Amino acid sequence: MDIIVCVKQVPDTTTVIQIDPSGKDIVRDGITNIVSPYDEFAIEEALNLSNGGKVTVLTVGPDSAKEALRSALAMGADEAVHVITESAMALDSLATAKLIAKAVEGRAYDMILMGRQAIDDDAMQMGSLVAELLNIPQISTVIKLEVDGNKVKANRTIEGAQQVVEAELPILLTAQKGLNTPRYPSMKGILKAKKKPVEDIQAADLGVDTAAKVVIESLTLPPARPAGKIVASVDELVKALTEELKVV
Amino acid sequence: MKVLVIAETKDSKIKKTSYELLSQAQNLGASDVTALLIGEGVSGLAADLGQYGASKVLVADHALLHHYTTEGYAHVVKQAIDSIQPELVLFAASSNGKDLAPRLAARLDVGLVSDALELSHEGGKFVAVRPMFAGKAMAKVSLAASPALVSMRPNVVAVKPADASRSAEVSALDLTLSDSDIRAKVTAVETSGGDKIDVAEADIVVSGGRGLKAPENFKMIEELADVLGGAVGASRAVVDAGWRPHGEQVGQTGKTVSPSLYVACAISGAMQHLAGMSSSKNIIAINTDAEAPIFKVASYGMVADVFEVLPELTEKLKAAKG
Ligand SMILES: Cc1cc2nc3c(=O)[nH]c(=O)nc-3n(C[C@H](O)[C@H](O)[C@H](O)COP(=O)(O)OP(=O)(O)OC[C@H]3O[C@@H](n4cnc5c(N)ncnc54)[C@H](O)[C@@H]3O)c2cc1C
Ligand SMILES: Nc1ncnc2c1ncn2[C@@H]1O[C@H](COP(=O)(O)O)[C@@H](O)[C@H]1O
Repeated sequence: MDIIVCVKQVPDTTTVIQIDPSGKDIVRDGITNIVSPYDEFAIEEALNLSNGGKVTVLTVGPDSAKEALRSALAMGADEAVHVITESAMALDSLATAKLIAKAVEGRAYDMILMGRQAIDDDAMQMGSLVAELLNIPQISTVIKLEVDGNKVKANRTIEGAQQVVEAELPILLTAQKGLNTPRYPSMKGILKAKKKPVEDIQAADLGVDTAAKVVIESLTLPPARPAGKIVASVDELVKALTEELKVV
Repeated sequence: MKVLVIAETKDSKIKKTSYELLSQAQNLGASDVTALLIGEGVSGLAADLGQYGASKVLVADHALLHHYTTEGYAHVVKQAIDSIQPELVLFAASSNGKDLAPRLAARLDVGLVSDALELSHEGGKFVAVRPMFAGKAMAKVSLAASPALVSMRPNVVAVKPADASRSAEVSALDLTLSDSDIRAKVTAVETSGGDKIDVAEADIVVSGGRGLKAPENFKMIEELADVLGGAVGASRAVVDAGWRPHGEQVGQTGKTVSPSLYVACAISGAMQHLAGMSSSKNIIAINTDAEAPIFKVASYGMVADVFEVLPELTEKLKAAKG
């Protein structure tokens, strides 16, 4: 089975976020970037399912995003496609989805895998956007997956329950934590990744209208939480809950 | 202003998030608020939506809509948008809302803001505030009404009380839906927590971390959650250890919660955990380590052993409730 995995490069989860002078992006200098954690579940799933087929990883992002593709290749993906943009925040979700859909067009695939959410924009939009643009079905936040021939059966997490969803290939799925345990790239994998093909495409060459529908006006740090109170006894806590917060 | 609210139901009841959306529409000063009620056998719930602020209720009642499916529901919402021509469509940022809204954004070629905390209308545009980088930054974003699509995070909009004297004009959506419109079909629903409220939607959350030392000690967390009428949450450390299910994990790779009260028991407060809960209105932290980062976000902190505090706290709250 041929699988395309969309991955995004994001700042590491421990990054201390600072706003840059434009007020519309974060300070990117000196931060460590990683493959968005949910995308690692997507890569792992693709490697387990491909069974001799081809696993292609695709990203839309600036030059630095190539590192994310190399990480995915080191885990075992066969080839990569890099749609190059000016900066990480240059495009909104729909514009990015149009670039992904256009870059996917004409490639053979049975399945597209993504993460449930990129941990920088936390948008949780891309799976549904791309599935709609490609006119294929989707199952999001998949925690369990079985593929038998062209039949797909997936468990999708919803509040307090799981939906069991059945469909046929081709399909787009987004990975939820718990789907699998992503492997670490081996030394051999890292060396091999250097020789694997990476196709570069300039975003502008795809001929897609990427005008923003959602415009970032400003980015700010969240307001600091007011200083708390240290209590010394359970009775004080009970008083806080019953009299001050009035939750009981 | 014309607003379409996508209502959600669970177990034949309107979900609280739907009332939040109706209140949000009223906060925007919308004069014409239509609630779209989707499901099978849901017509009886329409009056309820009227009392919470819908001026009209459009009902899509169909056997194929018994379960939420992306394509089935997208089909219905698209039909409703075509017939009403709203300037704004409001979704709950629930699992289904977040699955559905972008499918429509792509179909209509319009902008979508997901997981908004605030929404206003300024100079002909909708302006929303949404968290990015796991809540470590707030983005102010604008989008034009063509229509504008917005999903609102649960628990951030205060629900205006129901007004029994109000009623909505109820009509049925003229549906054209067939089995072949839904390619990914729901064949079963496996409930895990029975009728328990999900941690992401609960108004009170009691969470436990590695300091509880063993899975059986979560009984103390469950009992406190019970007296408070809240849901149980967990840190990743205890989820990865297999003590608690994935569905309860709070944080960057778990659920984001904004309850009115979050009680963190024996949780250190790692950055990735704070990402999921620091927008809670009030936070209580109980930890033996006075230097634990969780105390930096706590409204009330107690430097103490959970094994001593929790049983006493639960007992005293039970007594206070009478
Ligand atoms: C990519 C990535 C994503 C992550 N995502 C998440 C996420 O979504 N959610 C999440 O929670 N974590 C996440 N983490 C993990 C996070 O970094 C921490 O490791 C984790 O939150 C720690 O859990 P904990 O607080 O339960 O355990 P610990 O950090 O071990 O803390 C235990 C605490 O219990 C206290 N304690 C011990 N005994 C007692 C007692 N008897 N009474 C009172 N207090 C006691 C200790 O003082 C300590 O503060 C992520 C990490 C990475 C790298
Ligand atoms: N720029 C991008 N390039 C490739 N894949 C992306 C990009 N942005 C998002 N994705 C994919 O879409 C998923 C959901 O992202 P989001 O909708 O941004 O939260 C991510 O986990 C990725 O798999």
